[in-house]
Amino acid sequence: MFEFVVPPAFILISGAVLVALARPALRPIIALLAPLITLYAVWQVPDGVQLTTTFLGYQIELVEGSALRRLFATVFALMAFGGVLFAFRQSKWYELSAAMIYAAGAIGVSFAGDLITLFIFWELMALFSTVVVWCGGTETARAAGIRYAIVHLTGGLILKIGIEGIYVATGSLEIQALTLDSFATWMVFIGVLINAAAPPISAWLADAYPESSPMGGVFLSAFTTKTSVLALILLFPGQPLLVWVGLFMIFYGIIFALLENDMRRILSYSIVNQVGFMVTAVGIGTELALNGAAAHAFSHIIYKALLFMSAGAVLYQTGVRKCSELGGLFRTMPVTTVCGIIGALAISAFPFTSGFVSKSMISSAAGYEHLGTVWFLLIAASAGVFLHAGIKFPWFVFFQKDSGLRPPEAPWNMRIAMILFAAACIIIGLFPNLLYSLLPYPVDYEPYTAEHVVTQLQLLLFAGLAFFVLLPLMKRTETISLDVDWLYRRAGPVLAGKIDRALTRAITATSQAILSLGTFLVKGVKESSYRYFSSRAPMGHTALWMAAVLALFLVMTLVI
Amino acid sequence: MTPERERAIREGASHWLVQPKTIRILWWVSGVILALTVVAQLWIHVHAYFSVDGWPGFYAGFGFLSCVAMVLFAKMLGWILKRPDDYYIEPTQLAPNVLEREQERQDDNV
Repeated sequence: MFEFVVPPAFILISGAVLVALARPALRPIIALLAPLITLYAVWQVPDGVQLTTTFLGYQIELVEGSALRRLFATVFALMAFGGVLFAFRQSKWYELSAAMIYAAGAIGVSFAGDLITLFIFWELMALFSTVVVWCGGTETARAAGIRYAIVHLTGGLILKIGIEGIYVATGSLEIQALTLDSFATWMVFIGVLINAAAPPISAWLADAYPESSPMGGVFLSAFTTKTSVLALILLFPGQPLLVWVGLFMIFYGIIFALLENDMRRILSYSIVNQVGFMVTAVGIGTELALNGAAAHAFSHIIYKALLFMSAGAVLYQTGVRKCSELGGLFRTMPVTTVCGIIGALAISAFPFTSGFVSKSMISSAAGYEHLGTVWFLLIAASAGVFLHAGIKFPWFVFFQKDSGLRPPEAPWNMRIAMILFAAACIIIGLFPNLLYSLLPYPVDYEPYTAEHVVTQLQLLLFAGLAFFVLLPLMKRTETISLDVDWLYRRAGPVLAGKIDRALTRAITATSQAILSLGTFLVKGVKESSYRYFSSRAPMGHTALWMAAVLALFLVMTLVI
Repeated sequence: MTPERERAIREGASHWLVQPKTIRILWWVSGVILALTVVAQLWIHVHAYFSVDGWPGFYAGFGFLSCVAMVLFAKMLGWILKRPDDYYIEPTQLAPNVLEREQERQDDNV
């Protein structure tokens, strides 16, 4: 179809522009076709640099192919298709259009051959994901979108400082493995990690994503953090610091998701948790670990989108977002329930789902490297994932108690999108070689050994037992939990207010002091001048003053 | 599901899945499955990366205990970090003169 390589991102951007310009009747067709054509174009990109051009005097490489890049671009294009299918009848055209450019940004980053191209598409994602957050349409969505944009534009700025530093120091903009030995590489590292929701800048994710529209959340769940994982694989493979950053993210995600009441905020914290697994794998850095990170990103995008779809369908049909007000929805939303459960099983890495074949690569990589602490923490975290997302989400939303809500089943396009993604979770789980054949390194890994299935089932089922045993402790409360964003949402403004008021008080006190001093002087002169300058003053005083004035004149004539 | 059954459910009839009898059966069935996964280790040799992970029932015990630990830790952290969910929703900011006027009106009412 294409004689030369068309940047796949440009196809999706053109699709988004056409959606904006086309007649309403044509919009769904364009929105659904554009990701599929993009997917075709992704598969047409051969290995190596394919397209270079000049931008502001720099030679930039718009498209560079490799197995890893095609893997990420493939899942981004699939995600764009699934998201559009889920959203096209309910979303406004500008939400669809923005989400498509957002996806195009992610695909552009996947194929970026140099740091400038990466940066441009990186910022495209930041801008249009902010628009998707704003499409939530509420006052809280507006505010959360602004906070989200500030975090990401600052992150982009830090990344840009790093890229400029690297260019000045080495004269090369190539995307290659970097070591953390200079200010510039640290800036790139921090800039990339901000998009991965790494600590301490992790609160933006759970702050912004749950405020989007029921459809927008599906898109938001997929792109930003996973392009960041790809950038980490390309730029910092085997960086030991990432192991600990990743482990922190894993447990941060679990603990905060356990505390949370808002169903989509539970899923948002669980994104941080899952990205933590990938970041840890990048830190381990062996071929098996990097394969695991890439495979896990692929399966994660699909099951996490599925979970956001089922939560979105519930939100769309009920308008309720708190677990404490939901429950018992399996009665009238069976398709959404089953698809949500499949997504929940996949995220928990249940055998015969996609999560099992990808996540087990990561823990096995830690085991083969004899990283004892890391391995035990990863196993504990796998149990924790089942606890906070695998059971908690479906239990509180679809079962729990009878909330009295009897919403009708989700609209047909939402149902089809959910069924397709649920099927993908199971197909990848049953035929892991479909995914393994796309991975960057040759795979010599067999997930389905009897011992592996048995140990995983033990781990997960006993985690499930723990959930139901501890259910009284898990009772949902109508609360939020303070996160790092408290610093800039509460502490910052309060501190600024305190400083402001203290300064105002100081200014008032100073001007009061000056005024009262003036009053005192004027009053003194007015009331006491007779003592010196009147007929009642003693003669000696007058003589003294005359002498003083004459002396002054004398000094002045001598000096001037 | 037949339309009549659907209507009955809408009107609040108890779904078979939430009847006490079903729940009792579910607990028994899951108990048996839990036991089976541990018993299966008699026949399936688990290769250990380290030493303790080869023990029978290691994954069961470790999974259960780490979950209990995480839930308890979350509970403790919750005491410090939990706030009412309107915590960040600011009251409408009114100008100082409006506030004064409202205060006067309240004073008049008293």
